[in-house]
Formats: sequence, structure tokens, C-alpha cells
Amino acid sequence: MEKKAEHNIKAYGNNFTTMTPGSFAIKLRTCKIWQLIRFIVINIKMLIVVNKSH
Amino acid sequence: MARVVVLGGGVSGHTAATFAAEWLGSAHEVVVVTPNSKWNWIPSNIWVGVGGMSKEDVTFDLAPVYAKAGITYKQAKAVSINPEGSETSDKPFVTISYTLAGREGESENVEYDYLINATGPKLNFGATPGLGDANGLGEFTVSVCTADHAVHANEEFQKCIEKMKKGERQKFLIGTGHGLCTCQGAAFEYIFNIEHELNKAGVRDMADLKWISNESFLGDFGVGGLHMKSMGFAVSSKIFAESLFTERNVDWIIGAHVNKVEKGKVHYELLDGSMGEEEFDFSMLIPPFAGVGLKAYAKDGSDITSTVFAPNGFMKVDANYAAGSYDNWKASDWPKTYQNPTYDNLFACGIAFAPPHPISKPMSSPNGTPIGPTPPRTGMPSGIIGKAVAHSICDRILKGKDAPLHEASMAHMGAACVASAGKGIFDGTAAAMTIYPVVPDFEKYPGTGRDVDYTFGEIGLAGHWIKHILHHLFLWKAKLKPGWTMIPE
Ligand SMILES: Cc1cc2nc3c(=O)[nH]c(=O)nc-3n(C[C@H](O)[C@H](O)[C@H](O)COP(=O)(O)OP(=O)(O)OC[C@H]3O[C@@H](n4cnc5c(N)ncnc54)[C@H](O)[C@@H]3O)c2cc1C
Repeated sequence: MEKKAEHNIKAYGNNFTTMTPGSFAIKLRTCKIWQLIRFIVINIKMLIVVNKSH
Repeated sequence: MARVVVLGGGVSGHTAATFAAEWLGSAHEVVVVTPNSKWNWIPSNIWVGVGGMSKEDVTFDLAPVYAKAGITYKQAKAVSINPEGSETSDKPFVTISYTLAGREGESENVEYDYLINATGPKLNFGATPGLGDANGLGEFTVSVCTADHAVHANEEFQKCIEKMKKGERQKFLIGTGHGLCTCQGAAFEYIFNIEHELNKAGVRDMADLKWISNESFLGDFGVGGLHMKSMGFAVSSKIFAESLFTERNVDWIIGAHVNKVEKGKVHYELLDGSMGEEEFDFSMLIPPFAGVGLKAYAKDGSDITSTVFAPNGFMKVDANYAAGSYDNWKASDWPKTYQNPTYDNLFACGIAFAPPHPISKPMSSPNGTPIGPTPPRTGMPSGIIGKAVAHSICDRILKGKDAPLHEASMAHMGAACVASAGKGIFDGTAAAMTIYPVVPDFEKYPGTGRDVDYTFGEIGLAGHWIKHILHHLFLWKAKLKPGWTMIPE
């Protein structure tokens, strides 16, 4: 079984109160079609911020 | 003919000099004084530090680029400024000392009409015993702050990988090497690139990774953290950072002032006043930054360094340096024109200007040790400020001495940051973030201090592609290749 992100949480340790991504969220990060859409969206958002900054 | 002298050919100075040369044309002279023969796209040093790129991939020779732009290039470092001239002349000048092979140590006075100080940071390794000394980086840790440092870091990193392949467990400690460091983002990026490379080399299970930093919470990044819109919530960067560290199984120590480094061990003090030690086999700790130590002299030769520069060595500009404690801080304390308040033909841009105060709330331990990030001035603000300063000076030269100055306050400016976590085109990922404005304005944006519609972040391949594109785009722009003026800072 592949190690899940939440398996790294240590009870009452530093990281006990954080959230961890599930396998679907992790898959989306390298899903080429989804990332192509995100690429366009992030670029637009960055361009807006760059524009507001000049 | 007016002469604009730019001290420092880094991100900010190079932007200022190249735009000034473009706008002024050959009727006026632009001079760059910088000690290195090569320009370095510093953000990509992270990839050099894990063997993903070579030094040649992230640097290029300055001389041909400046020749093409009609810029006079002096490979030298500035030593002092005489903003009132000397007893024999009213013309202000800067004293430089050559680093060019064959002319090392030769001194020259370069007169100017306008001076831009873009000398960036002194990497103050000497502030922490064992991290280094006045000569630079010490022998116990590595750095990725320069391309040469990053080459060395990778050599040490590869040795660790070899050891792990032979079955020897290795401990990696990455972060900040002093209580008053900035640039946490670079260390953040480095630790996740290391993690990625260890996975690729099939030795991740032989490695323990730990983060140590002066931030009071994970995800502070020297900007007091940020809230990002995600899944309908305004979520703190603390949650995102802790989530990423947990996912990649990286432990952390925060609120730490590293006060001593020995072979294989750091000593630190925490915000609660307790002391600790952490062992390592490989450690990259960012040093604190200071000004490069320029001096300033009046016409009669008296020392006016404290008039022109703040005690940390950064140049005073039009900031409010009397804001006092955190409760009194305002976004309007931050400089707009970067003009020196005493000498109106003197400007500072990029890391070289003295910020009015930190962005993160300052904290100290019960022992009185200040522990908290100093304010970052990352690539995008450094470039934008450099361009605005060049614009102001060009206007004053071309339109008259009273032409209004251009403004570029970090309180009205955003920044786009992409922190990579591995380099492969289809297996790398990166955290892409924008933050608007860099300096929070709690009056305009109550609560978070920022516009959450323009402050966002996410992890994925898309961010990684953007990081790759930015690498090539900024090198293209810095080399003044066709269309360079169209590429935003
Ligand atoms: C490892 C690392 C990764 C980073 N990653 C990112 C990132 O992903 N995104 C981002 O936005 N920012 C990043 N940054 C920050 C970014 O590199 C800086 O914000 C930027 O370089 C600042 O520009 P600057 O011109 O002020 O200083 P620099 O780029 O450091 O330039 C200063 C120049 O002045 C020269 N100089 C020094 N002393 C003298 C002297 N006495 N006389 C004349 N010249 C002198 C230096 O040689 C240098 O050329 C990173 C920084 C580091 C260290």
C-alpha cells in the first residue's frame, strides 16, 4: 500500500494539527490536462498582480 | 551630458541600468560598477545546488551585454560615496576598487550626476560563529546564495547520496543561520528540491529532513505569513506550509536563533528562551543580510556614513524610520521613490535600501535575543523598484530637475513567487504564489492586510512550468535579447 500523507502525522507532535492532501488532490497536481488549465489560470492571475504592481 | 552611475549589476541594478541606457540613448552615459564578471539569475541557484543545472546555465558574461547596450562597465566594487564632491570640486563622486583581472585593487573616483545604489546584500556569514567569518562561508555548512556556493552545495549533496546508497543514514538540516535572517523562501525551495532529488535517487527512506528557521510560525516567509483564498476559505500560509512539510515528511524547528555552528551540529535558542542542539550531516543555512559596508564622506572629508546609511548598512531612502513599535506601523511607512532624504541625486533600489522596519511582527526570547525575519525584497519588487528609480532619473535628465519622481511602494505592489520542488518537466512540482500587496495594509484590507482575491497559492506541475519559463524569460531579458523591454519584472 502506498504511504498516505496523513501517515506522516505524529500524534501530538509538531504536525498534529495540520491538514494533509488525499490521493485525489495529489494526483491532480501532476494531471497534465488539469495542470494545463491551472497553468492558464495562474498565469492570468499573476499577470493581473504584475499589472497592478507597475 | 549627464552621467548615471549604478552600483551593483544584480537583479535591481541591471534592470535600472539597462532601462536607463535604453531611455537616455547615447546623449547621456550610464556606468555600471559591479565586482563580478558574470550576471547570475539567483533563483535558479536552487537547481544548481541539487545538480539540476550547471553554473553556466544560470550565469552569463556581462561585458558583451553592456557593450551592446552602450553601458560603460567597470568591474569593480564601490568603496565610498562623496555626495558633495571634494574640497577641490563640487562634483559628487564614488570611489571604486577594481576586481578586474590585471587591475585588482586599483582605485578610481567616478563622478556622477545621479547615483543608484543597488549593491544588494552582504552575506553576513560572520554574524554566527561557525557559519562563517568576515571572509564568507565557513566549512561546516553550505549555501546556495551564489552560483559558486551552489556548485559546492551540490558536490556535498552528491557525497551524501553516495553514502545513503551504501546504507549510511543522513540527516539534512536546512533553514536560516541566525535569528535575524530573511530569504526563508530560498531555503524552503531548497529543502523541497533536496527531498525531490532524494526520492529520485531512491534513497529518501535513508534520509531525515529537518527545517530550522527564525519564523515564529511556519509559512511566515518574512512577510508575516499570508492568507490565500482556497476552497472558499481565506486560509493561512501556516496551514499550507505545515501541510506540505507533513506530506513530504519534513520535521521543523521554528522561532530559532542559530547562535553557533560546529562540525555536524548547530546550537540554537528558541523564542521561549530554551536552548537546543541539532546534529546534521548536510546543512544549508541562509546567512543574515547586511548592507555591503559603503562609506560616505562630506566635502571636507568628514565621515557622514550614518547620515546616508542606516546602522545595518542599507541606504536611507524616503521611508518613515521613526514608526516605533509594531502597533504604530503603517503601510505608508514604506518608501515610494527610494530617494535619499539628504542628497536628492542619490537613490537606492532592491535589497540595498533600508526598510523602515520588518514586515513580520518582531519578537525576542525572554533572554532579550531578537528572533524574527527581517523583510524580504524579492526579485519582482527589486526589479520593479530598479525600473521606477531609472524612470525618475531619466525624467529628471530629459524633462528637467523638477520632474516628478516615479513611485513603487512595496505596500502597493504585489509579488509573484514560485518555489519549485523538483525540476523534471512532468514530475516536478512547485508552489506558485502571488501576494498583494507585499507589505500588508491593515487599514485598506482589515484582518489579513491583503487582498485575498489577488493573494493565492497552489502546488502543482503548472507552477513548475511557470518556474521554468521564468528562468528562460528572465535570462532572455537580462541578456537584452529582442523584445526584452516587453518582459515584466
Ligand atoms: C538562493 C536564492 C533564491 C532566491 N529565489 C528567489 C525567487 O525564486 N524569486 C524571487 O523573487 N527572489 C528570489 N531570491 C531573491 C532575489 O535573488 C533577490 O531579491 C534579488 O537578487 C535582489 O536584487 P538586488 O539587485 O537587490 O541584489 P543582487 O541581485 O544580490 O545584486 C547586488 C549586486 O551588487 C553587487 N555588489 C556587491 N557589493 C558591491 C559593491 N561594493 N559595489 C558594487 N557592486 C556591488 C553584487 O555583486 C551583485 O551583483 C532568491 C535569493 C536567493 C539567495
